[in-house]
Amino acid sequence: MSYITGVGLTPFGKHEGSSSLDLMSQAAALALADAGLARSEIDGILCGYSTVSPHIMLATVFAEHFGIQPSYAHAVQVGGATGLAMTMLAHTLVDAGVARHVLVVAGENRLTGQSRDASIQALAQVGHPDYEVPLGPTIPAYYGLVASRYMHEYGLTQEDLAEFAVLMRRHALMHPGAQFHEPITVADVMASKPVALPLKLLDCCPVSDGGAAFIISREPTTDARVRIRGCAQAHTHQHVTAAPALDKLGAEIAVAKVKAATGIAISDVRYAAVYDSFTITLAMLLEDLGLAGRGEAAARVRAGHFSRDGQMPLNTHGGLLSYGHCGVGGAMAHLVETHLQMTGRAGERQVRDASLALLHGDGGVLSSHVSMVLERAR
Amino acid sequence: MSEKLADWTMGEAAIVYQSCAACGNRQYFRRGFCASCGATGLAERRASGEGTVYATSLVCRAATPETKAHVPYNIVLVDADEGFRMMAHGDSDLAIGDRVTARFVPFAGRLVPCFAKASQPDKTGRWR
Repeated sequence: MSYITGVGLTPFGKHEGSSSLDLMSQAAALALADAGLARSEIDGILCGYSTVSPHIMLATVFAEHFGIQPSYAHAVQVGGATGLAMTMLAHTLVDAGVARHVLVVAGENRLTGQSRDASIQALAQVGHPDYEVPLGPTIPAYYGLVASRYMHEYGLTQEDLAEFAVLMRRHALMHPGAQFHEPITVADVMASKPVALPLKLLDCCPVSDGGAAFIISREPTTDARVRIRGCAQAHTHQHVTAAPALDKLGAEIAVAKVKAATGIAISDVRYAAVYDSFTITLAMLLEDLGLAGRGEAAARVRAGHFSRDGQMPLNTHGGLLSYGHCGVGGAMAHLVETHLQMTGRAGERQVRDASLALLHGDGGVLSSHVSMVLERAR
Repeated sequence: MSEKLADWTMGEAAIVYQSCAACGNRQYFRRGFCASCGATGLAERRASGEGTVYATSLVCRAATPETKAHVPYNIVLVDADEGFRMMAHGDSDLAIGDRVTARFVPFAGRLVPCFAKASQPDKTGRWR
C-alpha cells in the first residue's frame, strides 16, 4: 500500500535563468511542504533526466544539491512514461519497506536552456541511429506516421485531431501556471504551420521550462489520502519501424493488466489523466484505454464528455499540449492535477467527483506505457 | 553467419534484410542473431525494393541545417514485399496502400532510399 502524500508543480513556460536543478528544487520544496515533511524524512529519491544538463548520476547530483542523504536513489529513463514509471517504482519500494517517503522529481529548463532546434534534434535521437535518424525524421514525424495510419484505419480527420488541441487549451485557460492563455479554435489549429503532416504546430505540445515533484509514502501524512490502487507497464518496441499493429499497442496491454490487478472497470473511473504529446497521442490513447470507442474520441470531445463538467474530465490543467512540456516533469503535471482534483483543491477547475482516477503515460513512439489507478481513501 | 552485405546505411544503393533459417523470421535492423528465436547464422539478402506504403508524414520543420535544406520531405514506412517494414523517403504524392519501388537519392550528405509509385502491375495484378 502507498499514498501520494504531497505534490509540487511550477508554472510552465519560460523560467529565464533557472537551471534544471533549480526547477527540480522548486518543485521538490513544494511537494515537501504539501506533505508536511522535512527534507530529513525523505529516504528515497527517484528523478528523471535533463536533456539540457545530462548527467550519469542525476539523482545523487540532485540529492546533494537539495541537501538530502537518501538510502535509495537513482534516475529513471522511459521518455514520456518516466513520471508514472517512477511513481510505480516508488509505490513498489514503499510497499516492500525499502523506503518510507520517496521523492519523485523532475525539472528541466528545456525552453530557455537550449535552442528549439537543439531540443527537436535531441529528442529525434529516440529513432534508430542507423535505419531512421539518417532520414531526418523528428518526433512529430514519428507521430505523424502513426497519425496517418490511425486516420486511415479508423477514419479520423485532421479536424477531429484539432478538437483535442482546442480542449486542452480551454482547460489551460483556467490554470494560471499554464504556458498558453489564448483561446484557440479548430480553424486556428487547421491554419497553424505544418510541422510533420498530418500534424501542424497546434497539434504539437510546446517546449517548456518547468518542474514537478511528488512524494510517495507508506502512510498518509496529512488529510490528503490519495492511494495508489495499482499500476502496470507494457513495452512492445522502441522504434516506430518496429511497432506492432495499431490494435496491439502497449496502452491496451497495460490498462488490461491494471484492470485485472485492481478489479477496476473503465465505468468506475471518474477522472482521466492521459499523455498528450500530440493530438494524435491523446486520441489514440483514449481509444486504446477504452475511454472512447475506436474512432469515437473526437465526437466525445465535441459532446463535452472530457470537459470539466463532463462525464470523464480529462487533463483539466491543459495537458502537455497547453500547460506545457518540460520533459519528464511534463507528464508529472498530469498527476499533480489529478491529486489536486482528488483532494478538492483544484479551485475553479474542480470537478464534481474525482474519487477514482486513471492515469496513463507513454514514452518513445507509443513504445513504453504505464497505466495507474489512484483512489481517494477514507 | 553469411557475409555482411553492404546497404544504404553503409553508403551502398541497396536495401538489405536478414532471414532466419531456424524460424523463418525476417528482420530489417541488422543484428548478430534472430530477434524472434535467438538463432545465429542469419542469411543476409538484398531486397527487391518493392513494397506497399504503410504510413506517411511530410516533414515541413526540420531541426538541422543539413536537413532544413531539404524541406519538405516525405518520411514513409513501407512494408517490403519480402516481409519486413522499413522507414525511407517517398515522393510527396504517395498515399497509404500505394504499391512502390525504391530508388536512392542524396539527402543531408548521404544516400537514402526513396520510394516512388510503381508503374507496372505486380504478379498479383496490382498496379505498381
